Amino acid sequence: MNEAIAIQVAKTILVVLLAPLFTGWVNQCRAWLQNRRGPGLLQPYRALRKLFHKDAIVAHRASFLFRATPYIRFGSMVLAASIIPTLVTGLPIAPAADVIALVGIFALGRVFMALAAMDIGTAFGTMGARREMLIAFLAEPALLMVFFTPALISQSTSLSTIVHTLAYQPFVIHPGLAFAALAFLMVLLAENARIPIDNPATHLELTMIHEALMLEYSARHLALMDWASNLKLLAYTTIGVALFVPWGIARAVDGSAIWVALLCLLAKLAAAGAALALLETLSAKLRIFRAPEFLAMAFLLAVLGLLTHVLLEGAA
Amino acid sequence: MDPEKLTIGLTALPGAIRAWHGETYALKWDQTAQRVRDHGGFLVSLWGSDDSDRGQGCTMHVAYAASGVMACLSLPLGPHRTYPDLSPVHPAAARMQRAVKDLLGLQAGGSLDTRPWLRHGAWAAGEAPLRKAFAIGGAGTPRSEPYAFVPVSGDGVHEIPVGPVHAGTIEPGHFRFHVVGERILRLEERLGYTHKGIEKLFETCTLDSGARLAARISGDSTVAYAWAYSMAVEGVARIEPPARAVCLRALLLERERIANHLGDLGALGNDAGFAFGLTQFSLLKEDMLRVNESLFGHRYLMDVVIPGGVRCDLRAGDIDRLRREADTLERAIAALRAIYDEHAGLQDRFIKAGIVTPELALKLGLCGLAGRASGMAWDARVDLPCRPYDELSVRAAVRHNGDVAARVNVRFDEVSESLRITRLLLDGLPGTETCTPPGQAPDHAFGVGMVEGWRGPIFIALHTGAANRIHRLHPHDPSWQNWPVLEHAVIGNIVPDFPLINKSFNLAYSGHDL
Repeated sequence: MNEAIAIQVAKTILVVLLAPLFTGWVNQCRAWLQNRRGPGLLQPYRALRKLFHKDAIVAHRASFLFRATPYIRFGSMVLAASIIPTLVTGLPIAPAADVIALVGIFALGRVFMALAAMDIGTAFGTMGARREMLIAFLAEPALLMVFFTPALISQSTSLSTIVHTLAYQPFVIHPGLAFAALAFLMVLLAENARIPIDNPATHLELTMIHEALMLEYSARHLALMDWASNLKLLAYTTIGVALFVPWGIARAVDGSAIWVALLCLLAKLAAAGAALALLETLSAKLRIFRAPEFLAMAFLLAVLGLLTHVLLEGAA
Repeated sequence: MDPEKLTIGLTALPGAIRAWHGETYALKWDQTAQRVRDHGGFLVSLWGSDDSDRGQGCTMHVAYAASGVMACLSLPLGPHRTYPDLSPVHPAAARMQRAVKDLLGLQAGGSLDTRPWLRHGAWAAGEAPLRKAFAIGGAGTPRSEPYAFVPVSGDGVHEIPVGPVHAGTIEPGHFRFHVVGERILRLEERLGYTHKGIEKLFETCTLDSGARLAARISGDSTVAYAWAYSMAVEGVARIEPPARAVCLRALLLERERIANHLGDLGALGNDAGFAFGLTQFSLLKEDMLRVNESLFGHRYLMDVVIPGGVRCDLRAGDIDRLRREADTLERAIAALRAIYDEHAGLQDRFIKAGIVTPELALKLGLCGLAGRASGMAWDARVDLPCRPYDELSVRAAVRHNGDVAARVNVRFDEVSESLRITRLLLDGLPGTETCTPPGQAPDHAFGVGMVEGWRGPIFIALHTGAANRIHRLHPHDPSWQNWPVLEHAVIGNIVPDFPLINKSFNLAYSGHDL
């Protein structure tokens, strides 16, 4: 048991430390695809170090909520990251929350972020909060629907059990999962402020969604917010990896299997990051009122996945 | 528009373009404005001058243009401080008149909008920095003063103030949006943050030293301003630059146009979230700027065009290099244009965003590149050509949809046309002389210069003083006409589309605020 706890702690720390690297990798791939040299893989770490060394400036009217939000958001993302099985299934914290609670943990961070943006009362904060809520209220149901297909397959809403079932059952093709994977990808793009829904690299304050919420943050607060965003992107990617390409994950706390699992994970993340960068390079940003159509499509695909599963495999 | 039909005594001005000038009186001032509009002409610029050191009062001046001709009118005000309001006939005059009020204290009689335009508290409301009595450097530091934005009320109307400090490193302008949800009900601009007193500074210059200042009015249009300035000086001094010099000027102006259009095309892609476009077009632009540096000595071609000619020349090897550059550019741009045209996501953002109908464009006097995207087929290289454009038969790029896509397409078409002109110029560079120094200009003379910069017609009006000094110089950027139209273009669009629409106009701050 002690070993499992040690692995759990080590895994959480690893994911937290790895998150900026993954963002750096995606940005680097984007730069390469655009014929640019790019800032290098370690740029997010440099940015975080810079921000942690600066003095924080807080708006005059900011309440406790504004100061607390970066910690709440960062904390909720760390919690989410520790729940998601990345290396080993069945770790001690896994039973703490199932997929539905996981959606709630993501929502917690977001709600506080929107409240903090409205707390300072700038036009951009309010505008960003409004848009973020529009996206969230469409993306969350789609995300839940995505989770239901694998949950039905494994007869459980616990993420650890789902991953364990998918990875170690005898090889079966689940057509429903293909629809769910597509829907999940669309939700991932929307939830992580990626093109085509939002542009993480924009400096145009009027077009921002996610960035507009953070415009008034500086120094360590901004660093935590950025780090939390990195964690969120990594968390989503690892969920996708765990649900749709789970092979290689370790079944139990076992030395060599964990190293294999780690190598598999890194390879899968590298491929996923490159694919994300390619997708972003090929697309333009959607008009904001197209976002509902985009997310409705994600929801529809998730429902299709569920129906396919029930129709093809439900009787079994 | 025929100058004779204006029924006022106009005399032809010497110089490279067909321009006429005459004095008028208050009654004719607005009659002429109406007649110009009836004959399809448009307002180019409106400015005032303080002639008290010549024993007169202030004078108002206006320049109109139509196909093939330009007419400038002067209205001596004597002891008066008001003149008839032109904005009911030419809406573009409204802000120019407010600027005249700020700078010279002359009021358009009957104008309802008495708010300042360029003045940001650096001098008091009663002071007039362009008056001869106002000392150079007499203006203080700008400070924030209350400004009465037009209020919008109603259920769910929300106000978004944007700028002058923005999230990115861009020029300062304030935009006051009134929105319902994401939809824009009204936009009001507030400019003047980059006012630096360029016109006052010109009054300390000689005709010679003014060229350097003219090249620095707006860095992205330095060739256009320098050429317009040189044209005005050459007109006043009654000299003609050598044929080789005008061809080289045209070559430089087209290079400036291509470089700016390439930059804008990339930025337009980027503002629609398509960063690939930005990097590709930036690459092409950067290559061009480096060629500029190595052949002409300056990346943005500053100080290459001077009164009397140019300060550069091309050898046979340079000409080959420019030819090869044109071929490379043409291929690369054709490939990128295909990508832009076939990218569904990008076209979805461009098409029907920020529409200015041809009717509205005509009414508000939209000009230049944005005008041509809304059916206003006026291009100084075609309609008021100076040498060498009169022999190049330039084809103006005209579209009628008036949306972002039309402005993108006009840019693409103009780049192709500029490349064609570049080749024509390279094939037939005449003569060997590149400069004829202008010599002494007559005292108290008036001259104009106008060339088609990449944004639109750049106009310079020059009043000489004694001993080759500048009495008054008014540079005019087409952004004066086009900024107000942007307020109309965004109505009914959604807030996140504003940066894209704004970029598709890409109007000047420095050239406007002076």
